[in-house]
Parts: sequence; structure tokens; C-alpha cells
Amino acid sequence: MATGKRYVRFDWLIIFIYIALVAMGWINIYSASLSDSAKGYFDFDQIYGKQMIWIGLSAILIIFVLAIESKFYERFASVIYIASLVLLLGLFIFGRTIAGTTAWYDFGGFSIQPSEFAKAATALALAKYVSDIQTNMEEVRHQVGAFIILALPVVLIIMQPDPGSVLVYAAFVFPLYREGLHGVYLLLGLFAVVLFVSTLAFGAVWVALAILLIAALVFYKNRKKRPSIMKYVLVVAGCIAFAFSVSYIFNNVFKQHHRDRFNIVLGKEVDARGIGYNTHQSEIAIANGGWLGKGWTQGTQTKGNFVPEQHTDYIFSTVGEEWGFVGSMVVILLFVGLITRIVYKAEKQKNQFGRVYGYSVAAILFLHFFVNIGMVTGIFPTVGIPLPFFSYGGSALWGFTILLFIFVKLDGANFHYS
Amino acid sequence: MRKIVLIVLVLFSGALFAARLFYLQVYGTPQGLKQNSAVKVVYDYPQRGYMFDRNMQLMVSNQPSYDVMVIPKDVKPLDTLEFCSLLKITKAEFKNILHKARMYSPRLPSVVIPQLNKADYASLSEKMYKYEGFYIQRRSLREYQVHHSANVLGYIGEVNNSIIEKNPYYQMGDLIGMQGAESEYESVLRGIKGVKYIQKDRFNRDLGPYKDGIYDTLPERGHDIQLTIDARLQKYGKELMVNKHGGIVALEPSSGEILALVTAPSYDPSLLVGRDRSKNFTKLWYDTINKPLYDRGLMGEYPPGSPFKTLTGLIALQEGVIGVDERINCPGGYYYNGRRLMACHGAHGPIAMVHGIAASCNTYFATLYRRIIDKYPTPQEGTDHWKAHLSSFGLGNFLGYDLPSGKRGYIPDAEFYNRWYQYPKYNWYSTATISNSIGQGEVLLTPIQMANFTAAIANRGYYYTPHIIKNIIGPDTIPKKYTEKHLTTIEPQHFEPVIKGMREVYTQGTASFIQIPGIEICGKTGTAENFTKIDGKRVQLTDHSIFVAFAPMDNPKIAIAVFVENGYWGSRWAGRIAGLMIEKYLRGEITRTDMEKYVLEGSLEDEYAKPYSGKPFTINR
Repeated sequence: MATGKRYVRFDWLIIFIYIALVAMGWINIYSASLSDSAKGYFDFDQIYGKQMIWIGLSAILIIFVLAIESKFYERFASVIYIASLVLLLGLFIFGRTIAGTTAWYDFGGFSIQPSEFAKAATALALAKYVSDIQTNMEEVRHQVGAFIILALPVVLIIMQPDPGSVLVYAAFVFPLYREGLHGVYLLLGLFAVVLFVSTLAFGAVWVALAILLIAALVFYKNRKKRPSIMKYVLVVAGCIAFAFSVSYIFNNVFKQHHRDRFNIVLGKEVDARGIGYNTHQSEIAIANGGWLGKGWTQGTQTKGNFVPEQHTDYIFSTVGEEWGFVGSMVVILLFVGLITRIVYKAEKQKNQFGRVYGYSVAAILFLHFFVNIGMVTGIFPTVGIPLPFFSYGGSALWGFTILLFIFVKLDGANFHYS
Repeated sequence: MRKIVLIVLVLFSGALFAARLFYLQVYGTPQGLKQNSAVKVVYDYPQRGYMFDRNMQLMVSNQPSYDVMVIPKDVKPLDTLEFCSLLKITKAEFKNILHKARMYSPRLPSVVIPQLNKADYASLSEKMYKYEGFYIQRRSLREYQVHHSANVLGYIGEVNNSIIEKNPYYQMGDLIGMQGAESEYESVLRGIKGVKYIQKDRFNRDLGPYKDGIYDTLPERGHDIQLTIDARLQKYGKELMVNKHGGIVALEPSSGEILALVTAPSYDPSLLVGRDRSKNFTKLWYDTINKPLYDRGLMGEYPPGSPFKTLTGLIALQEGVIGVDERINCPGGYYYNGRRLMACHGAHGPIAMVHGIAASCNTYFATLYRRIIDKYPTPQEGTDHWKAHLSSFGLGNFLGYDLPSGKRGYIPDAEFYNRWYQYPKYNWYSTATISNSIGQGEVLLTPIQMANFTAAIANRGYYYTPHIIKNIIGPDTIPKKYTEKHLTTIEPQHFEPVIKGMREVYTQGTASFIQIPGIEICGKTGTAENFTKIDGKRVQLTDHSIFVAFAPMDNPKIAIAVFVENGYWGSRWAGRIAGLMIEKYLRGEITRTDMEKYVLEGSLEDEYAKPYSGKPFTINR
């Protein structure tokens, strides 16, 4: 690799974790999709065989991504971003509809999901915008600019409609916060989530009462500072209005299947046969694993296809059943290790573009990791998004691979510049 | 702060997931999550053992039964008309069945036609290939080669929850022996079921053996058993008891083997097999007049009447309170202080043991009874001694035979009379309990207990526990308790005069008109008063007819007790039946065809209808 002084040093730890996750993913996809008609490991009619092709092609993709000059990504970020928007737009004309969602281009034998690539494109565009010398995230005008960059793909994906993929764009709040977005946005978001969930769990009336009580307590505690009553009344009124509007939206805007998903996680409806079936079966499979699991391809729930979509979104339940607590923890630790390593490396970037992009990668991976495993273990509502590198699917694997290896390239080149 | 928020969240999520996984997988798996719905246990049922009679004549075997099954999802368009004609149902019925099956489950098998007979099966099976989604499932049912002995053989039925709780071998839907030999020898007959673990998918379809069958076991066939019952004798007994209520118990004295155990009315065991099982069972269960499920030979407790006098005689001899030739005067009743305590059927004058039995003299045995009790300082001690002798004949308690139903009978003791007469506030003496001497009083025996003491007399002082198991084929054993000799408390020499008396019953006594030429039968007639309640009032019914006998006198081969409800005097029905049974068993044919005709054609149905008629009626006619 080294020719004279020009050499590039990639972060081998990230690459190693990537290879480990992809390999473990394939092993579990093999087990989850094994059927009687399978003819060996290299049967390309089988799901695991196809995944092997995707993995093989990913290797080629990695070479391309790493071979391209790192400056290219920064310079052509806007072009890549616009191209991905065009691809998303094109879906409304050429797209193929599966299960009510128009998210795929069909190429005969296989299909491509552009929303998986849009994440990397958006991350590049955002990094480019934020790292611009004129951009200051503390200014509202630039906040709006960043918001528009995020909003375009979000709107296009919502229209597919694919709410799960949209959720991922919430991840970009982390790089923006890192670059100076006021913490209030983060806290507001968190508070909104808490308010949202507790309104659904306990009802708007109780939440309103609780808010009044808390406000009264805070007011009483701060009475010596002579707080403005108007401020308190406004905040309290705002919160209560939010709670009631959540209640209204939940009951009148959400579709029944959205309501069901929330109710299951909130423990309101225990319905093992109906809508909660996926989560319930997934929990059974994981619980059956015990300490060490049942062994590869020995998972009875996995073999019996009790968990729907087990090779895609629910792949982690196979890990739970066949590799037990120990195997599951290995996967968890690999993800935690990978994401923290990316954040660590992002902080080390010499230029802001690399840092913003790195944070975006870490945040996107984190959101997928959190939502997916939260869903499979039954602590988060059912949102259909894949587990990065693990779940079956060519577009997702390629999307994540490109996303990650652009950062590996930026990071490696960064080293080179120093 | 800005640099660490994401890191903190990532670490927090990792910890959250670790905790959740630990909770799910290791620590407190929530109830209901550990159930393994993916591996199904399928049992492979072995053939149930056959039952043979003592001459190895097959009594109970198994029959295949064929159910036509359907998996609705797999059904392909078919020639409905042809298929319906093969199944012998109409097109409408067929559509209805198929609809129900689909409603139950499109993927799981449902029964289309249960329990086809062999002929239908044969014609159908060669055409089954045409009808995809349909198949024939073989099951095993009991097949009865005889139409009698339901009380001995028992039946099999599905286990209930309490059985499953007590015995983990059984699963819902398993069959278990109920009643009779099926129940008693359940563990021998059933064999051991095999287990197959099948991997299932979420539609509950088979995916093949779990872990290639390493945990699977093969079924083990049940053992055949040979019963002590003589099927011919049993059949004959059933025929003799037609139109009568009662029981016959015949034993082989030298072994305790039960040769015949007849209860009437009974039922054909085949009624409890196949499609109409539950309908028939309900019918039998609710027949409270004939009580066909009630084994009168084992469950009926009756005052034994005169046959009990033989025991009074034996105890008196053993206690030394009478000499064999000592005569006691019978003035036509037993008098005490000038008051007649008990009447006798005729004034026998001075009478001794042998003739006393033959003439069934009440006075003689009442005297003996008082002498036995009064030999001891108090009537309490005397009564307990008397009871001890009777207990040694297996009376007053369960005999320990190998059938699941039975009664203890009753032999009163001192405590019973103390309570009865409120001792020590009031005293009681042997005169108060004197009815026991002639088998009336408080004594109650079951027919099999009567047969057993008759066998002990025939053996001159010992008996074996009656049993129906002759051999468990394979291990070739029977439980040890059936080969242990039980000695009575009466010494052998005391039996001879009593046996002589029982012989004289036939030669010149109450059974002389029912002798069987060429067979030396010893017997004793009996008549027992009995009562019922009609509209809350105690009403006396016609006496029960009782007879005990054994033959031949020397080297006895059969001991028998016959009991005919409301049959009036002993030799009228019970005596005739006992004689015919003995001849049938010893000779294999009947010489007293006149007697046979009388019994076969006779009916007591009018007698049994009386208490239900609602009209006044006369008895003992």
C-alpha cells in the first residue's frame, strides 16, 4: 500500500469490528433462513446465499470507497446529496411497491432501496454545510438551513411511506448538538418524549395534574428568587396543551396499528396472538437461549419460524436463542465498541467536515442499534428498521458499508495529512 | 458536555440491553416465555396386551380402527361424487364436514369419518391416492372375543385430570384401564409408550425429528395375561342368570383361582368400544334398576343366612363347647327363660352336628353360639374370640383379590355391641346377639367372601387369596400374595363332621331334589330376609336365595357361592344354579337337563317389578 511517503493508515479496529459483525450476521442469517431445500453453504437460491453475494459485493464497494480521494467526498457532497434526492423522487415514477411502501427500484433479480443510501448522502451534505466557514449552529438561520437539508429526504421518505426509516434522521440532532446547537433542543426533545410516553401510559389528565404539582413544587422552592408567575403559567400551559394534543393525535391521527405498537410496549394490551405476536415470539426465542444458547442452527424457535422477519429486523432474536446471554452480550459490546470508537475517532479529526460526518455515522448506527434491539427485546415499540451489518438485505448492508467506510477513508486520510 | 452526550447514551443503552437480556435469559424469565412451542412431543402407543382365559382361549384382543382424516389446506379439487359414495355420505354432509374442518384449522388434521370398519377401509384404501389432503389414520381399539365377563375384564377409557396429576406417565387423551383386569393389570397390559420429539414450525407443521431423534424412544408392547376365569363356565353362568339379579362366584379351592365371577344383569363388553361408547356408557350408568355396572359378586353385602351355620359349627368344635355326637333337643325353636327367642322350621328333636347342618336346625346352632360366647367370662371377650375365628376365613375385611371393586362385609365385635347397647350403662349378653348364629343378625358377607369360606371348608382349614391372574405371559409370574396359604384358626379334624353335614344336605336335606348323579357335592342352602324403602316406608321383599357348595367332597375342584336376589328359598334358584355350574365345570356337559331348563326359562323379572309397580304386592310365593 505504501508508495514512498504517501501512505494511508486506516483504523483497523473499526474494520475488524465491521468484519466481525458482518460475519456473525451471516452466520445467524444462515441459521434463521435454513430450509430443507438448502444445498450447502453456497446455495445462492437461499437467503443466506444471497446475503453472501451482498457481502462479497460489499468488499468490492469498500475498495472503491477507500480508493477514491478523500477530498472527493467533501467536494461532491452536495452532488451526492442531490443525486440521492433524485433517486428518492424517482421512486414515485419507477418505484416498486412492496407491502404498501414504494421504496424499491426493481432490477429483475434484485431490488435497491435508495433510502438506505440517502443516510450517507445526507450525512455528507450536513457535514459539508456545518463545516462551512460561514456556518454557525448557534444562529437560527443556519439551524433552519441544517433543518432543510434533513427535511428534504425525510419528506420524500415519509411519502413512500416508511416511518421507520424517517426515525433515523432524528440521529442528526447529535452531530448538530456537538457543533453548537443549543442543548435546549436536545432537552426539549427528551422532555417531549417523556411527556409523550407518560401521556400515553397514564392519560393526559394525570400528566396535567403531575405537571401542575411539579410546577408548584419548583415555584415553592424558588420563591425567594421571586420568580415570574407568568413564565410558570406559560410553561405549564404549554406542557398541558402538549399532553392533550398528544392524546388527541394518538387517538385521532395515528392509525390503529401505530396505537397497538405503543400500547404493547406500554403494557396496556397483552395480546400474544395478535399484534404483539412478533415481539412476544421474539422474547420467547431470546428467553429460550439461557446463558449459552442452544447452539448454532439448534434454536427450536428459530427453526420453527416462530419469529416473523427473523432474518431481517428480528435477526437479534436468533442470536439470543442460539448463542444465549453470552453471545448476545458479545454483539452488544461490539456495537457499543464500534460506536464509541467512531465518536472517539471523530473527535480526533483535524477538520470539521470529518468530525461532523463521523458523529453522523455514530449517531445513525446508534439509533439503529437502540431502536432495533429495543424492539426485539420488547422495550421499544415495533419500528421496522434493520440492525446494521447484521440484518439480511443488500441495500441496507451496502448503505451502512458506504456510510462507515467513507468515514474510515476520511479518518485514514486525516492521519495522512498530519 | 457536548463531546460526551452521545458516548454516555451509547454506554447507557448497552447497559440497558444487558440488563434486559439478563432478565429475559438468565434471571427471571417471565412466566410463559420458557414454554417451548417449537418442539412437540408425540407418543407412540404400543399394542395393549391380550387377555386369555385359563384354557388360553382368547378373550380380549385389539382391533385396528380406521379414521379418515383431512388437512383442509392440502385438499385439491376432487371427484366429490365418487368420494362421497366411497365414504357412504351425501354430498351435503361431506361439504359440511369439510367446512367444519376448515373452521377448526386449515393446517391441522380433522376427522372426516371416524372408525371405519374393515370392509369399508379395504375398498377405500386403494383409492385414497386420488384424494390429496385426505388420509387414513390407524388406531387401536379393544376387541372382545366374548360377550360376557364385562365385570371381570373391565374397560379402557380416557384418563382424567386427577389421574394425570397422580401419575405423570399419562397425558391428556391417553387411555387407561378402568375397572376389572384392565385396571388392575394396567401397568402390565399397557406396555411403555414410545416418545418422539418433533420440530414444529409456527403453523404447527412437522419439520422432522428434533435433533435427528436422539431423544426418541421406541414403544414396548404390553404383556399378555392369562386369567383364571374359565370362559365357558363364565358364559354358562351368564346364561343361567338371565332374567335374574345376583351373582355367582366360583373358586378353585386348591389355588384360590377365580373360575367364574358372574354378575347379573351385566352388559356386553363390546358396548364400551367404538363410536357409540359414550352413549352406551351413559345408558348403563343411569340404569339404576338393573345396575349393570355394579358387580353383585363383589359389591353386594348380604346377611349370609344358613350357610353361616357351618362356621358356627366349626367354631363350636374348635372351642370345644360341643362334641361331634352330642345331641341337642330342638322343640321347634330356641327357648330362653321360657321365652322363644328364635323359631325353627320344625321340631327336630334331639339332633347332632351332621344332621343339624343337613336339617339347618336353628335351635342347634343358637345353642352352639351361646356356648361359644358364654365360654368366656364376659360376652365381650366371647364375641371377640368368635370374631377372630371368622376373620381367619377372610370375613369382615377386604379379601385382597385383584379386582378394583369390593366391600368389607361386616362381622360385629364387642365394641359394636357396647355402643349399640350403651354399655356399661346397660349390659348385653349372648342372647342379644343370637341371630348371628344363623347368619342373620349383624353379619354381612359378600358373595365372594361366601365362596372363599366355602373353599376354606373344602380345603379343611386354609385358603388362598382369590385372584383372577393365572399368568403374566412373558415374565411368567403372578404376584406373590396369591401363592401364600392362609390358615384358618380351625384345626383340620373339625371340618370332617361339617363337610359330612354339607354332603347330607344333598343326600337327604334341603337340597336332595337337586342332586347331580355321580358328583359328590357338599352344599348349604340359605335364605335371607331383605327390605327396601318405598315412599320412605320399610317394606319387606321376597327373600334372597343363597347357596354355597363345593365338589367333589374329597379333593375338591370347585367351591361356589350363588346369590339370587328375591329368589326365595335357597335351593329354588341358587341351589339349582350352583349344581349346574359345578356339573358344567367338572363334566363339561349337563345331565340334569330338567333342572337346566327350569333355570334357563325361569324369570324373576315380575318379582323385581313389584316394588316399582306402585301397587300392593305379596312376597315369598
